[in-house]
Amino acid sequence: MPRINHPWTLGIAGVALVLLLWAGVSNSGLVDRLFLPTPQAVWTAAQGQWSSGMLVRDALASIQRVFLGFALSAGLALPIGIAMGSNTVICRLLEPLMGLIRYMPAPAFIPLLIIYFGLEELPKVLLIFIGTFFFNTLMIMDAVKFVPHELIETARTLGGRQLPILTRVVAPYIAPQVLDTYRINMASAWNLVIVAELVAATEGLGKRISLAQRFLRTDEIFLGLIVIGLIGLLIDLGFRALMRRSCAWAN
Amino acid sequence: MHLQVENVSKRFGHGTAAKLVLDQISFDLHSGEFLALVGSSGSGKSTLMRLIAGLERPSTGSIRIDGQPVRGPGSDRGMVFQKYSLYPWLTAAQNVAFGMSLQGRPRLEIRERTAYFLEVVGLADAARRLPRELSGGMQQRVAIARALAAEPRVLLLDEPFGALDIQIRETMQEFLHRLWSQTGLAALLITHDLEEALLLANRVHILAPSPGRIVRSVVVDHDRSAMGQLRVSPAFLALREELASCLRSLEPASGR
Repeated sequence: MPRINHPWTLGIAGVALVLLLWAGVSNSGLVDRLFLPTPQAVWTAAQGQWSSGMLVRDALASIQRVFLGFALSAGLALPIGIAMGSNTVICRLLEPLMGLIRYMPAPAFIPLLIIYFGLEELPKVLLIFIGTFFFNTLMIMDAVKFVPHELIETARTLGGRQLPILTRVVAPYIAPQVLDTYRINMASAWNLVIVAELVAATEGLGKRISLAQRFLRTDEIFLGLIVIGLIGLLIDLGFRALMRRSCAWAN
Repeated sequence: MHLQVENVSKRFGHGTAAKLVLDQISFDLHSGEFLALVGSSGSGKSTLMRLIAGLERPSTGSIRIDGQPVRGPGSDRGMVFQKYSLYPWLTAAQNVAFGMSLQGRPRLEIRERTAYFLEVVGLADAARRLPRELSGGMQQRVAIARALAAEPRVLLLDEPFGALDIQIRETMQEFLHRLWSQTGLAALLITHDLEEALLLANRVHILAPSPGRIVRSVVVDHDRSAMGQLRVSPAFLALREELASCLRSLEPASGR
């Protein structure tokens, strides 16, 4: 008896259903294989790219860009978000500015970034930074604003000053929300790295997809999409695991 | 220790929208005394507590401890809030140690004092549990231990048992009385529960609402050795009823 009430059962069934549907339709000959490759063809493409080392190279190139851009964004968003959440003056100064820039679509910065920084790694990393920094900061600011004031006032009556209160009360309290913020905005980082690579790159998963388009290799496009999805899912699960381990009190 | 509250008034807002919350409050509190302030909502009693804790400033008047004016919060005044004041990510022991560690005390001393105060509040066995694994009464005992461990000169209790069930409240009241009589600390209790105030305090001030002001003060000196009997003794009940009718007469005449 399969355990139908296991939390994963339905999820796995959903993925399996789509895979089966895909295999059925693509193998039936109803749709031109140029438009809808079969799962076998995608698997063959995966084996080819794996043995040539291309898949790993592309994935590592994209992961590195995401990692650098997001680390920069997350690292700066944390102190600035905390400062904005705990200090009215800083909040009033920065919140309108950030609220404005947040609504500028990050991909619209690509032309500027290319003019300023050329076609190397820096503009791609900065694109990810621009696309995630403002969301990260504002979400962390909100988390800080919702720290129960009793927790802060208790620390003050115990003799706590501003900095220890930030590091020993505010920071641990918001840790689960910060991790969740990072988890959510990490998805945007992945969107942006692919967009950046579609425009200009020599390697990366997005670059591979745009090259595949040029040669009508839909199997490679499918492969790229699936790999991007899988890496994203793994990162998401990683954040969840980190949260479970480090913030057990919040569960 | 001598806490002096002198002609303290507190106004919120400015100009015509200003609202007087506390009007000319004066009282003293010395070491070994247990003082209770009783009032309904709107009597400004929590505001008064926040002024003494240094979390807010009085509009006029002064608050002094041993002659030194209160300029902000400090560990000489240990505060116990009604609820939600334990750090949920810290164990009971770490919560008790928190204030001492903010004060930068040596590690060994912190460990010893933590163990001692957990023992005092009867929670030595719960040292490693997280707040969410403790009952409401246990959580408040941890909060009291945490305040005591920081060596305050006066303990400020802001409706400390207000969120607890009635049976647990009674146990906690007995616990607090024992604790106070053993430590000889100065304690200031804010409550809307007249029985609680009369059971615990040597002196009770009645606060009238809007604006908050002291309208009556009584010295309470009954024998507290058997609190369960005291609760139902005729003298106690008579005093309680007298003050209760005083409190009722202070309520603004509403349509009820």
